[in-house]
Amino acid sequence: MSAPHLSSGQKTMAELAAEYGLKPDEYAVVVDRLGREPNQVELGIFSVMWSEHCSYKSSKKHLGKFPTTGPKVICGPGENAGVIDIGDGQACIFKMESHNHPSYIEPYQGAATGVGGIMRDVFTMGARPIALLNALRFGDPNHPKTRRLVEGVVAGIGGYGNCVGVPTVGGETNFHRGYDGNILVNAMCVGLADADKIFYSAAPAPGLPVVYFGSKTGRDGIHGATMASAEFDEGSDEKRPTVQVGDPFAEKLLIEATLELMATGAVAAIQDMGAAGLTSSSVEMAGKGGVGIELDLDAVPQRETGMSAYEMMLSESQERMLAILKPGREHEGERIFKKWGLDAATIGHTTDTGRMVLKHKGAVVADVPLAPLFDDAPLYDRPWTEPVKPEPLAPLPEPDDWRAVLLKLLAAPDVASKRWLWEQYDRHVMADTLADSATAADAGIVRVHGTKKALAVTSDVTPRYVAADPFEGGKQAVAEAWRNLTSVGADPIAITDNLNFGNPERPEIMGQIVRAIDGMAQACRALDFPVVSGNVSLYNETSGVGIPPTPTVGAVGLLPDSSKRAGYGKLQPGHLVILIGEPGSHLGQSLYLREILGREEGPPPPVDLAVERRTGDLVRGLIQDGVVTTVHDLSDGGLLLAATEMALASNVGIAFGPDAADLPSLLGEDQARYLIAVPNPVAMEVYERAEAAGVRAEPLGMAGGCELAVIPAHGEPLFAIDLDDLRAAHEGWMPAYMAKA
Amino acid sequence: MKSAVVVFPGSNCDRDCAVAIERSTGSKVEMVWHAESELPDGLDMIVLPGGFSYGDYLRCGAMASLSPVMGAVKAAAERGVAVVGICNGFQVLCEAGMLPGALLRNAGLKYVCKQVALDVVNGQTRFTSGYDEQREAVMTVGNGEGNFFADEPTLDRLEGEGHVLFRYKDNPNGSARGIAGIVNDAGNVLGLMPHPDRAFEADLGSADGAILFQSVAAAA
Repeated sequence: MSAPHLSSGQKTMAELAAEYGLKPDEYAVVVDRLGREPNQVELGIFSVMWSEHCSYKSSKKHLGKFPTTGPKVICGPGENAGVIDIGDGQACIFKMESHNHPSYIEPYQGAATGVGGIMRDVFTMGARPIALLNALRFGDPNHPKTRRLVEGVVAGIGGYGNCVGVPTVGGETNFHRGYDGNILVNAMCVGLADADKIFYSAAPAPGLPVVYFGSKTGRDGIHGATMASAEFDEGSDEKRPTVQVGDPFAEKLLIEATLELMATGAVAAIQDMGAAGLTSSSVEMAGKGGVGIELDLDAVPQRETGMSAYEMMLSESQERMLAILKPGREHEGERIFKKWGLDAATIGHTTDTGRMVLKHKGAVVADVPLAPLFDDAPLYDRPWTEPVKPEPLAPLPEPDDWRAVLLKLLAAPDVASKRWLWEQYDRHVMADTLADSATAADAGIVRVHGTKKALAVTSDVTPRYVAADPFEGGKQAVAEAWRNLTSVGADPIAITDNLNFGNPERPEIMGQIVRAIDGMAQACRALDFPVVSGNVSLYNETSGVGIPPTPTVGAVGLLPDSSKRAGYGKLQPGHLVILIGEPGSHLGQSLYLREILGREEGPPPPVDLAVERRTGDLVRGLIQDGVVTTVHDLSDGGLLLAATEMALASNVGIAFGPDAADLPSLLGEDQARYLIAVPNPVAMEVYERAEAAGVRAEPLGMAGGCELAVIPAHGEPLFAIDLDDLRAAHEGWMPAYMAKA
Repeated sequence: MKSAVVVFPGSNCDRDCAVAIERSTGSKVEMVWHAESELPDGLDMIVLPGGFSYGDYLRCGAMASLSPVMGAVKAAAERGVAVVGICNGFQVLCEAGMLPGALLRNAGLKYVCKQVALDVVNGQTRFTSGYDEQREAVMTVGNGEGNFFADEPTLDRLEGEGHVLFRYKDNPNGSARGIAGIVNDAGNVLGLMPHPDRAFEADLGSADGAILFQSVAAAA
């Protein structure tokens, strides 16, 4: 075999291995499995397949704790995306994935290709993408880089999703100094398919043609997966050339061509080229199928001249697919690729050798066994320490100036309206959007085209809770997603998780990972809310400081009849405003504590999963039976912020009485609670059903007027604030912030 | 009514338009691939849908205006067939010289997606007759280049001759004189930036867009 020349001077393979991110003991395993030293191409292949990003080597042991099966799960983790049954022979395919590292280095392209990549994961399995969400975490608004990152990430998300023509219907955006050096860009895509036409990646047999189609291969993104598995340091800006460049027009053509090709029945297996490009797609297809694969790299459509085998195998050029076709069906592909103007070539075939053989310019440039690449990746049981439980929070004094408190909370970066951002996203294309970021509803809702069904989608995590107590915070992330789906009237079905943490080689970070997973898994089990897909992003650290632990939960639920749905924008004067759940009491890690008192202290609110479940089941039943249509869950800022958002969205005031007239009841962030509003005659049915369910339901206020007010039993109102003032505070922060030079 | 929706590479509202027309008028819609040089016989309406034809990597609509199908669309327009260009379709019509003016980058330099209230300025046309006494229509916009521009004499003429059909109540993109939609001199070619194809049922936030398609059907 001819060894490709080393472009890196006189370095030994062992030195090069370190540069590619392989640890010395990992390199020793490579040499052992090959029975010789690898050449540079082979080393590159091993290093990306064994990167944290592709192998989950630090987290796999713990990911096994998640429940991943259930009556509605068609395909759990391990494929490109998770698949759930939504009835009538239809399936929903979805996943969330991070593009954190590239987005920090080059925000527009990093975010854009994050959206593109997650869409490919979904349509690769046969689904048409129908909804996008994104969960964004930026640094302190006052950090000099934050504004530019927000601007670029938002433009990139919009630039890609808008062009492809998939509505961006929801998401969340937080700011915290803990993300100053490592922003998080988590993109989620939800697709729709026929349940009997799901496509998988395992190559079914030897002797089948391997067809490449989509954009040409260039030198962009080489070693992106390795970069995504390393910490940042002072020189990270120099990594810009490893960020990929997206072409949403090519993605749109790719979606149409892929779905058209699938409809012909010619596809035996298919996989997109995402992280680690041609390497991971070919290794996974052959490895999962238990066959071998031989590729002729001269046939790969190339954007640049003189590309080496190493560069082609490691390129992360976007908008590329690899399909294994049924014998003799290549012509059907050719017709479709020609119609859509896509590059395509048969670049190899499956074999029965169990090896990956790469040929380039007449020589074999790599010949490696697939088994170790595919499933011999090193697995680590990394040492971890139990996170320290926070001290209980001492009682807080009542605020002096409630008006100032509420106006400040509404203008806090995590609370303020993100209109500036979501107005840059097309939320209506496909003409099936029933609720999006502009709608007063706790989840995005898109119709299942042509049916009365709809899907509800949300993404949730409260990083400050997870930081204070990873176990309770992990539970809370899952519970809040479940609650948000419930709030619109959907039956929660399953989640995708996007676990963003710091360096797992540090025991305290590994402790966060382990305990957050434990908490999430417990909540998933208690709520029958299995994990069907996910992504792990570690090493989100700069110069030794990790991000707040951020296990983002993306969740999907089904509205069996979309005419029975709830939101919180249709409050009417005279409606009774009823709290479903217990009165507020918990102020540890509350928004009030952080934003008003400048303290991030105490334990996060505990989640009683049994209470969560029976409370949610009650509320969902009320919505699905058409009893209640105005519902908002209580989360950040408790009762007061939920009520304010309801009042603002409806342009109707609310006056609370003495049962909600102190700090814990107004701003406590206790879980498993909802605010609903109903006309008086309906209230009795709500109380009866709540009592039967063993859930507290208490009328706390009345809708009317144009103020948000709290009136204790005796004396002056605690406060009464005009809705216009509240709206100005809520809407004002972000445009003013982004307008600053 | 017999309609066709043209599909360019990168169109992404083609299905939306077809569904909107079918639900609004009960009539069938044919999809026509941009590479066709002929249209189906007997069309009453041709729709150029929204999206990013050819990625809009050149000027928006510039590439699509040169697609083979556009020759047939122009010929049909000259025969009096109703042609509706929505969003990217409006941009294509301007680039093809079938409507005056151009769509520039939004004044705010950003893509804008929001619900807009429109004045139906001229309710006496084949596209707007159904708006009747309803002089306001609600739809949504979603565009980065929706800022309508024409020179002053052209704007005066458009207004003077009743060729401005829709005007924003609150201009979202800097369009000259708040213009959201115009027709050609013959009155059979309409271009508008707001999406009637996303406003054909109350569940979508408005059903006012359906009236546009119903008006064309009534005139057919």
